[in-house]
Amino acid sequence: MLLRAGDVGVLLGGGVLVVALTLWAWSGDRGDTAVIRAAGQVVQTAALTHAQTFSIKGPLGTTQIEIEPGRARVAADPSPRQLCVKQGWLTLSGQAALCLPNQVSLEIRGRAPAYDTLGY
Amino acid sequence: MTPLAIELPVTADDRRIARLAALAIGLTLAEAALPSPLPGVKPGLANIVVLLVLLQYGWRAAAWVSGLRVLAGGLLLGSLFAPGFWLSAAGALVSLAILALARHLPNRYFGPVSLSVLAAFGHIGGQLALAGLWLLPGAALIKLLPVFAAAALIFGAVNGIIVARMLAAPAADKRPPPGIGADGAQAPERTRNT
Repeated sequence: MLLRAGDVGVLLGGGVLVVALTLWAWSGDRGDTAVIRAAGQVVQTAALTHAQTFSIKGPLGTTQIEIEPGRARVAADPSPRQLCVKQGWLTLSGQAALCLPNQVSLEIRGRAPAYDTLGY
Repeated sequence: MTPLAIELPVTADDRRIARLAALAIGLTLAEAALPSPLPGVKPGLANIVVLLVLLQYGWRAAAWVSGLRVLAGGLLLGSLFAPGFWLSAAGALVSLAILALARHLPNRYFGPVSLSVLAAFGHIGGQLALAGLWLLPGAALIKLLPVFAAAALIFGAVNGIIVARMLAAPAADKRPPPGIGADGAQAPERTRNT
């Protein structure tokens, strides 16, 4: 007997794993660069390869940008509603977190830009 | 002249491991000649030997064969201590660790195919983990994950079926070929300890 009951289970599990990995890795364009702007000007461009943090000064105070391999987020911001912090981690090309009160923005870019231009 | 009198005692176990490791090394070399669309995507034919050793002689012997295979394969392919060697070693290590656990799965439901698929995922997982941490940190490898996983599933299943067929073959077919078994060692006893 070549295949036993558990073998079929292991094969099915492996198939599910492959499909899940495919959906996870190939859905959307994963970004590779984070672009940080303050008052409309680009102040930092960082590759999403290793963990690092940036402190960006704005009119209200300091915005903390945290970068990890493959993703980036606004870790802390002085704005009253914390919208850009609540957006959490950004991974896909074209995603952006805007901290409007402090005039800081974080945008993810991939190899192929998702949009020609975005007006805020 | 004094004759050199260094004698290392060799047990039948040692001979058997050496013989089986040589078989695994031969398969590794043959496989290195196969063209591959992506470095790292290989049938892993040597794992057939490792799996057979695991099922017939236990995990310790399988670990020896696998380790010797990686080391001697590196020597013969000229990649000893190069990145490719370390990737291979990491894959073999994770794969052996998984086999150490998986061999305790109930034998009634989980046959060689399960072990082979799990070991193949271990191989690719160990290699990718080391590659991701050391050689290509960042998101670069993520896109290739599905390809590697699919290759592990397919080759793992095929290797497992080969192992299952070899174990199911009549005893006459299981005699080692004359070139390999003719060193005077007694025929290996067939103890299935899984």
